[in-house]
Amino acid sequence: MAESEIKNLTMNFGPQHPAAHGVLRLVVEMDGEVIERADPHIGLLHRGTEKLIEHKTYTQAVPYFDRLDYVSPMCQEHAFALATEKLLGIEVPERGQYVRVLFSEITRLLNHIMNVCAFALDVGAMTPFLWGFEEREKMMGFYDKVSGARLHAAYFRPGGVHRDLPAGLADEIAAFCETFPKFIDDTETLLTENRIFKQRTVDIGVISQEDALDWGLSGPMLRGSGLPWDLRKSQPYDVYDRMDFDIPVGKNGDCYDRYLVRIEEMRQSLRIIRQCLDELPDGPVKTRDNKISPPDRAEMKGSMEALIHHFKLYTEGYKVPAGETYTAVEAPKGEFGVYLVSDGSNKPYRCKIRAPGFAFLQATEFMSKGHMLADLVAIVGSMDIVFGEIDR
Amino acid sequence: MNQALTELGEYIGSALTVEGAGTAGVNDELVLTVPAAEIERTLTWLRDDAHCLFKVLLDICGVDYPDREKRFEVVYNLLSLRHNQRIRVKVAVDADTPVPSAVGVFSAAGWYEREAWDLYGIYFAGNPDLRRLMTDYGFEGHPLRKDFPLTGFVELRYDDEQKRCAYEPVQLTQDFRDFDFMSPWEGAEYILPGDEKAGEDGTGG
Repeated sequence: MAESEIKNLTMNFGPQHPAAHGVLRLVVEMDGEVIERADPHIGLLHRGTEKLIEHKTYTQAVPYFDRLDYVSPMCQEHAFALATEKLLGIEVPERGQYVRVLFSEITRLLNHIMNVCAFALDVGAMTPFLWGFEEREKMMGFYDKVSGARLHAAYFRPGGVHRDLPAGLADEIAAFCETFPKFIDDTETLLTENRIFKQRTVDIGVISQEDALDWGLSGPMLRGSGLPWDLRKSQPYDVYDRMDFDIPVGKNGDCYDRYLVRIEEMRQSLRIIRQCLDELPDGPVKTRDNKISPPDRAEMKGSMEALIHHFKLYTEGYKVPAGETYTAVEAPKGEFGVYLVSDGSNKPYRCKIRAPGFAFLQATEFMSKGHMLADLVAIVGSMDIVFGEIDR
Repeated sequence: MNQALTELGEYIGSALTVEGAGTAGVNDELVLTVPAAEIERTLTWLRDDAHCLFKVLLDICGVDYPDREKRFEVVYNLLSLRHNQRIRVKVAVDADTPVPSAVGVFSAAGWYEREAWDLYGIYFAGNPDLRRLMTDYGFEGHPLRKDFPLTGFVELRYDDEQKRCAYEPVQLTQDFRDFDFMSPWEGAEYILPGDEKAGEDGTGG
């Protein structure tokens, strides 16, 4: 029999695929069932955020950060707010810092629920997704109460947070902290020792520590490989240095370890939330400098100066001294950085957004080479990618 | 700048054997400027030197300064886990000179360079896969350049007759408005026509 040539098969994975997490178009070259090459095509959700921010004032730029990684909006506002504050050289009042940390951790819960549950769905478990969204709904209720929006909050502003917590919200969050561990336990009962789940994830997409650094990974992707690196500990911002929490790390750097890291991070986030609620001091939540943060509405009714400040801030905005900074926060997905260049005007000269997911997706080919097609779904699921931040 | 970062800056200034390199501290952050041709060697040195160990390349991005002779700045943000430090390496290039690619030093550089190429048109010599990344298939121009308008040049719609997407020149029902907020009392200099030389010898005004 004549020797027959077997050609590699090129396949399109996405952009309309339930496991593509949005608009991922992955061109996969397959040798039978084995992946030879994976070439992600991104940019299908590119909205030119960085260009738009160059044409907006600093206050107007805040909502764009919600729309990057839309499952963890507030953490990204946090990075932008910290960067702007650094250029302005202002301090946020203590209560403001606590509220920010509190909501950053609520955001982390939101994000990790989304990821763990969607990941479970990708590898065949339907139930955690339904349970998870019920919990997410409660937390988006907190978002709603504090900012008026369930998703795109625009709550962390340079100088603090927009408004103080409404009466009773702290108690509600405290009550939520009592019921939430049950959800984590239930999810773990379904997944952690589940035979199918483990078969799909253990030893899949293994990353060594060296490779993780080489590919610029961060967050749970890095910690899953056993590197205890967390910006909240190593380069603390706001009041994270007063918080008592642990950093979970994985052992093998596979998809299963990354799942375990995220589950444990949720428990640690709850610890931080409880501490914030216990220690929450009184006082203002944003800087009292009315050249940067607008005056209270009540004040505007009686004071001409307050009215002028309000008008100037919402039309012209404030001018930021010339300079540049790279400021990063530990977003739920990894290191989210903002490289902000100011030329002394009221608009950023350049605002480069360093999204963690961008580096993860770049490593897809490296991680999936030699794996089966079905494992690619597990790998993409465990990377926790959201296209808003990758395409920008 | 804190003590450790100042010392690191001094150390890099003395130990890095690159002609024309300079360190500076900006906003408590360390910035290293090197000539474009030396970037690969600099990054390798920063990665491997025992006092630096900047093993993570977090970001590469372009910045456009149209007024400068070398209009683009390529900014590399590095992180050292061992020493818990960050450094920013900057390279100035014009639109025609290629920058040596950093892919050989950090695997992560690949996409960041593709992005900078796509958005700014900065060419990276030696990048094995320098395709466009962010923009549409068949896009023309480099959108993050300062001379690229915010609205772009073409708009896209679905043409029902031709049964395909059609590109058309962009049409704005209202002119794009970009207000100048620089205060006339502080910033702008208003020079009367024919009076350009008045201020130079100190007599006019």
